[in-house]
Amino acid sequence: MNALSIKRLRYIKGELAKNKHALVLLAPFFILFFTFTVIPVFMSVVLSFTYFNMLEMPRWVGWDNYARLFVADDVFLIALKNTFLFAFITGPISYIACFLFAWLINELPPKVRAVLTLILYAPSIAGNTYLIWQTLFSSDSYGYMNSFLIKWGFILEPIQWLQDPRYMLPILMMVQLWLSLGTSFLAFIAGLQNVDRSLYEAGAIDGIRNRWQELWFITLPAMRPQLMFGAVIQITSAFAVAEISIYMIGFPSVDYAAHTIVTHLVDYGTIRFQMGYASAIATILFAIMMGTNMITQKLLRKVGE
Amino acid sequence: MALKFLLKKRLNRSWSVDILLFLLLAGVAAFMSLPLVYTINRAFMPLDEIFAFPPRFIVRNPSFKNFTDLVNIFSDSWVPFSRYVFNTFFIAIVGTTGHVIIASAAAYSLAKAKFPFRNALFSLVVMSLMFTPYVTQVPNYMTISWLGLINTYWAILLPAFASTLGLYLMKQFMEQIPDALIEAAKIDGATEYRIFWKIVMPIVKPAWMTLIIFSLQSLWTNGSVTSHKYIYSEQLRTVDAVFGQIASGGIARTGPVAAVTLLMMSVPIIVFIVTQSRVIQTMSTSGLKE
Repeated sequence: MNALSIKRLRYIKGELAKNKHALVLLAPFFILFFTFTVIPVFMSVVLSFTYFNMLEMPRWVGWDNYARLFVADDVFLIALKNTFLFAFITGPISYIACFLFAWLINELPPKVRAVLTLILYAPSIAGNTYLIWQTLFSSDSYGYMNSFLIKWGFILEPIQWLQDPRYMLPILMMVQLWLSLGTSFLAFIAGLQNVDRSLYEAGAIDGIRNRWQELWFITLPAMRPQLMFGAVIQITSAFAVAEISIYMIGFPSVDYAAHTIVTHLVDYGTIRFQMGYASAIATILFAIMMGTNMITQKLLRKVGE
Repeated sequence: MALKFLLKKRLNRSWSVDILLFLLLAGVAAFMSLPLVYTINRAFMPLDEIFAFPPRFIVRNPSFKNFTDLVNIFSDSWVPFSRYVFNTFFIAIVGTTGHVIIASAAAYSLAKAKFPFRNALFSLVVMSLMFTPYVTQVPNYMTISWLGLINTYWAILLPAFASTLGLYLMKQFMEQIPDALIEAAKIDGATEYRIFWKIVMPIVKPAWMTLIIFSLQSLWTNGSVTSHKYIYSEQLRTVDAVFGQIASGGIARTGPVAAVTLLMMSVPIIVFIVTQSRVIQTMSTSGLKE
């Protein structure tokens, strides 16, 4: 047993020595990555088993934080429900939209393509663009939406769009979708540039007759690495939604109707200073995202088969 | 040129679907252009139009007053404005260059070298993307202060160098490069470093051009968010931190704030236009076959 593990160690050492250049290229990134990402994440997971108010030393409480989240915290359950609703509606739609628009744009001549890419990406560039939506959905009868609906006789008096729990979540989803042609959209556009053109001609000879077959049998499989990247990005942005809720609806939202896991975390982490509890929330969100990611990656492997 | 494109008969394409799809695209584009139109119009609105009720979207009497007001505000500031501009550009340029090089180098190793633990390392990178940064702020502050980086550019630059998104993006692109090409270069006597820099990097140009956009945009617009945590000296602050201070001046400063928003937006847009045109120019995989 002992001899075996020594042999194994020696083998690993040999392999690492053979790839010395690879380690040199890796080192700068991974030293920084461990210092600023891995260690803090690890610390946070450990803190999730403690009571930590940032003034006293953390006190070990075991699974208490997790038990409290699921048994005693009704608001967390609302946040959980909202986050799932949000992720499972906006996630897939925006993922497909990102790909579809990247693909359509790719068919255009270069200059038109550049202009359209800029325009579609604009909401992501412009930074804080929630103001437009606030004007559109403002609660008085002069807000664009209300004045339009009153003028055409759909409603008699203005609707409190951003204060009424019935409308908050759908409006947030709309804004999120509008903002969603971001990172994965650009990655897809770059990915389409990397697909070998000669594949399409070869495909045409092999009997591909229309653009949909071309998409399924050639483009999508050739872009699998980018599709997997896009999936991770979409999952993280769909589950971690918080900022648009805070800016558009306010924090906390009326009846917690737009409360999400991350706003719950912000509440406990930066307002109540219960870092242990906030870390537990983050760890659960992390577990949910990992699960979703595993399922998605499995599905993506089937693309083009 | 556009006409020639329309007349060209293309493989596997039908006219009717083409027209339908591009009408859809035009509709979406109109909707997505709202923030650009809004920001540009608002920057040129005189104060009475900004506060007009019902709110206006399109400017009627455009003026430059918001911009001249802005200049007046800056002339009072005790740190010269040029210093803020320097800080911003310094952080954005050094941060982006460092990140693209460091992340690409690591990505090349992960994608093409075969050594133990490389899958574990990559999984760690993907997993870290799924951990919300809100709770790592406290440990991060502790690390940065322990390293003695508080109140230096490094507090912003070092974490930016190792942003995980870039490594992941580059690795996915480098995986598409055929191994045969790298083997051929090795047989010709190129060192690994040379292969990385002279062969692999040019092929994945669309990827790192895209990465430049992401990196610059986040350093440019989130500068103040991170710098508020680690930087206390006014000398080291960035432009958007100053703009944030103007914005907090309240209603009286609404005009200049609108001008500021346009200025802040224009830099990422210019970078975007320059880099995107380069992404599109490269027909990178031509001549590369297994």
